[in-house]
Amino acid sequence: MTPFKPVLLEAVGVPDGHSIASYKSRGGYAPLEKALAEKQPVDVVEMVKSSGLRGRGGAGFSTGLKWTFLPKDHPGPIYLCINADESEPGTFNNRILMEDDPHQVIEGIILSSYATRASTAYIYLRYEYPQSWHRLQAAIDEAYAAGYLGKNIRGTNFSLDVYLHRGAAAYICGEETGLIESLEGKRAWPRIKPPFPAIEGLFRKPTVVNNIETMACVAQIARRGIDWFKSIGVPADPANPRDPGSYGPKLYCLSGHVEKPGCYEAPLGITARQLIDQFGGGVWKGRKAKAVIPGGISMGLMTESELDTPLDFAGPGKVGCLGLGTAAVVVIDDQTSIVDFLHNSCRFFAHESCGQCTPCREGTSWSLRMLERIKAGQGRLRDLDLLLEIGNTMGMMPGSTICGLADGAAWPIKNAIKKFRGEFEDYIKRTNPSGWMVTDPVPALQIVGAH
Amino acid sequence: MPVVIVDGQEIEIGADERLNCIEAARRAGKEIPHYCWHPGLSVVASCRMCLIETGQRDAATGKISMVPKLVPGCQTPVKDGTVIVTESQLVKDSRARVEEALLIDHPIDCPICDKAGECLLQDYHFEHGQAERRADLHPFTSRKRDVGPTVTLFVDRCIMCTRCVRFTREVSGASELMVVSRGSTEEIDVFPGFPLDNKLAGNVVDLCPVGALGDKDFLYQQRVWFLKREANVCGGCSAGCSIHTEHNQDTVYRLKPRENPHVNTWWMCDDGRYGWHHLHDQSRVLSAGRRREANSNGHGTPGDAFEAIEWADVVTRLRDDLKAAGRLAVAVSPMLTVEEAWMLCAIARSIDPEAFLTLGHVPVVGADETFPGGFTIRAEKCPNRKGVEEVLALYGAGGRSWDDLLAHVAAGKADAAWVTGGYPTPWIDDTTAATFADLECLVVQDLFESSLMKLATWRLPAAGFAERAGTWVNVAHHAQSFGQAIKPPAGVWPEGRLFWNMLGRRGLYDPVGVRQQIAGSAAPFAALAGDVPANGVDLRVRQLA
Repeated sequence: MTPFKPVLLEAVGVPDGHSIASYKSRGGYAPLEKALAEKQPVDVVEMVKSSGLRGRGGAGFSTGLKWTFLPKDHPGPIYLCINADESEPGTFNNRILMEDDPHQVIEGIILSSYATRASTAYIYLRYEYPQSWHRLQAAIDEAYAAGYLGKNIRGTNFSLDVYLHRGAAAYICGEETGLIESLEGKRAWPRIKPPFPAIEGLFRKPTVVNNIETMACVAQIARRGIDWFKSIGVPADPANPRDPGSYGPKLYCLSGHVEKPGCYEAPLGITARQLIDQFGGGVWKGRKAKAVIPGGISMGLMTESELDTPLDFAGPGKVGCLGLGTAAVVVIDDQTSIVDFLHNSCRFFAHESCGQCTPCREGTSWSLRMLERIKAGQGRLRDLDLLLEIGNTMGMMPGSTICGLADGAAWPIKNAIKKFRGEFEDYIKRTNPSGWMVTDPVPALQIVGAH
Repeated sequence: MPVVIVDGQEIEIGADERLNCIEAARRAGKEIPHYCWHPGLSVVASCRMCLIETGQRDAATGKISMVPKLVPGCQTPVKDGTVIVTESQLVKDSRARVEEALLIDHPIDCPICDKAGECLLQDYHFEHGQAERRADLHPFTSRKRDVGPTVTLFVDRCIMCTRCVRFTREVSGASELMVVSRGSTEEIDVFPGFPLDNKLAGNVVDLCPVGALGDKDFLYQQRVWFLKREANVCGGCSAGCSIHTEHNQDTVYRLKPRENPHVNTWWMCDDGRYGWHHLHDQSRVLSAGRRREANSNGHGTPGDAFEAIEWADVVTRLRDDLKAAGRLAVAVSPMLTVEEAWMLCAIARSIDPEAFLTLGHVPVVGADETFPGGFTIRAEKCPNRKGVEEVLALYGAGGRSWDDLLAHVAAGKADAAWVTGGYPTPWIDDTTAATFADLECLVVQDLFESSLMKLATWRLPAAGFAERAGTWVNVAHHAQSFGQAIKPPAGVWPEGRLFWNMLGRRGLYDPVGVRQQIAGSAAPFAALAGDVPANGVDLRVRQLA
């Protein structure tokens, strides 16, 4: 592979790279001025649509297409919400962008607001990112001072206000309608869809929710052009009419048992093995990888033999993972127990389930309690079947929940047990030599003591 | 007409009806189990009990394409060609799993739970659940706490359907209830210092599909399977909410709102809900009596002052007394039914053809109170002012009020007065009562002792709302007929029975027969002919038609 020069991360390591002066010296805001002067909003939509940019937040939906779902000639306000509630375990690419190059994000926001005709944009920031908060707010203030935000930007009749909202630290606030509810000051319970946010979102008005990295990509597309963007990545699979291709650079968050964890920019489609070896310096301590999480804990697991899977939007799905997700690659070395991994994963989702839908609320907590029992040496082989049943029936895909949190909770369970069943069985047999084979129904509830 | 296919059965729905799958399936006789959905509240689709399979039949080809996953029936609107499958294995398995999930954290303390017997969790578990408990968890913590003066929350029984939370936000409007915490540890609670305390609070107990919210007034008073229910009408105010009076052995245990789209939709207020305790008050007037001649100087106790009279003798002696006294004035209480009012007027005119008839005292407390969901508690604390006024109009006494009666008596234009009451709360003061002091004969018929009754020549007991049968007309001219829920206490004849006998009619009091007679002879009541539907009729609509 030819050496790839980082674009989204070009400000990293640049002294004062987060300032507006530094950003402009790198060519920033010029594309915005050009677009405002020369392009109509529809042209910007068309630019993003034909660039093939897919949302970087996790689901990989076409950004330009999402914008076209907004009602035409809507008389009232349209809102743009920027999802910076980056809380998928292992993910920190938004943080790098917000801390080291906030103006790139803001330029993307301004362009996107112009395209969607939004005059108000909200950045919903994860609470635990104080540095991002300071840097973004400073950058917003700079942009106002420089006339890129506010009334009649650059003499046009386009006005935009950007508000930075600091969330209250809940995973569910990253779900787009959960985010909207939270932004409205309510409990972040995802809404039932339809209506989708493009029709009825924030304050019941048409709303677009985009990720921070998507905004950075929009800024880069405006600066470098569609052809540059499409020259990077994996083209659409001609055999699969539903595959729109995976274009552009992507920030991969490499963490776990590697020598050099970090956020690395690479073309979409780099394989997990390339990422680990070329960027991460290999699995740490000379060990081998047992499993790799392709894009955040909710995407499931790839085994060692699946590491040559390209990490584009279609790749992880081919080996039974949920998808690319946030491209947060977490490496698990061969001396780590998958039982521990799954326990940790279940603990996370049981804690973060919003509690609205019964299958997710009870399924996540039941699976956690089952894993606690397995880890306490009371596991039974039957528990694995129960865990699989919970995993297979909980989520948006079987239709049993409102949002995708349950799918994300189910995938690690399904992948871990399907791909590492032997290890689970060994663990259970070893730790519960007398009871692993029990398949009887769980005994009736204990009689309540006298009240 | 749009056609919906429910489990292969084609049903037609109205062209402009907006139904969800639960409602459409109900038309076909199929129940889709659900917890969180309620027709009077917003849709959240969170309990996932109503998951079904749906599809769409192509109008041109007749080919059915199914949605490849389960969808919530509550959230899915039906249109022409919608296919609903409620009994596939996928749906059954899904229901069983939701039941299993809900029971993981449920204490299953049915033997000590008030809801047992009318609990959706129980019912659905028997119908859709699985026999084996696969979760080895023991969720016995049995926590409960007060969330308000009338409601206790049994925390572990809650299945988080959030009906109660939505009710306080959308209907009662005070938003006292909320969800705290997250995931499987979340609970319903109130903010400290802001209890669930509003006049519609009791409805959250009705809404609760499980035993999580308990009504303190009813808690541990009666197992629900002993209760019998009578479709009744609340007598608390002129809204005339449709209710069920739930009783056992002539004792009322609770009132529940009865769904009526024309009157109260699904709700009732707490004033009405708890407004039945006076029925079983020990201080009620429990026998008919006539003042002893010897004690008319006022000495002795009231019990001594009055001589108990057998009801059979009341029928004849009361008429004789009033006839002997001369000019008669009658206050027709707005607590009486249309039938009772009509018979009372007939009796009065048969005793004195010139009898002065007026509406009885109309108790008014405060002003009408309307809640954000549209529910209104009326200031007029009587159920039948409109009905009595219509009856009086038939007798040429339309528009006459209690004040007219007071003026009439004060002016010395009456020698005898018959004041009907039936008010659950004190309603007359000494000064007003004194107006009647000099009458030859004063008949007072009421639930409780009052300063007026102290002056009475005849003291007659009255019946409470659940002890009557007949028709009430609410503030919006909506007439509802109802039956008698419980027998009045021993010694009490409901007004209708006395009037029936005083009119010389044979046999048992027949309120339906009287209603038919009124409907047949009086145009304003024409709509009451035949059977009155359970939801009642609007008297004006039929008149216009």
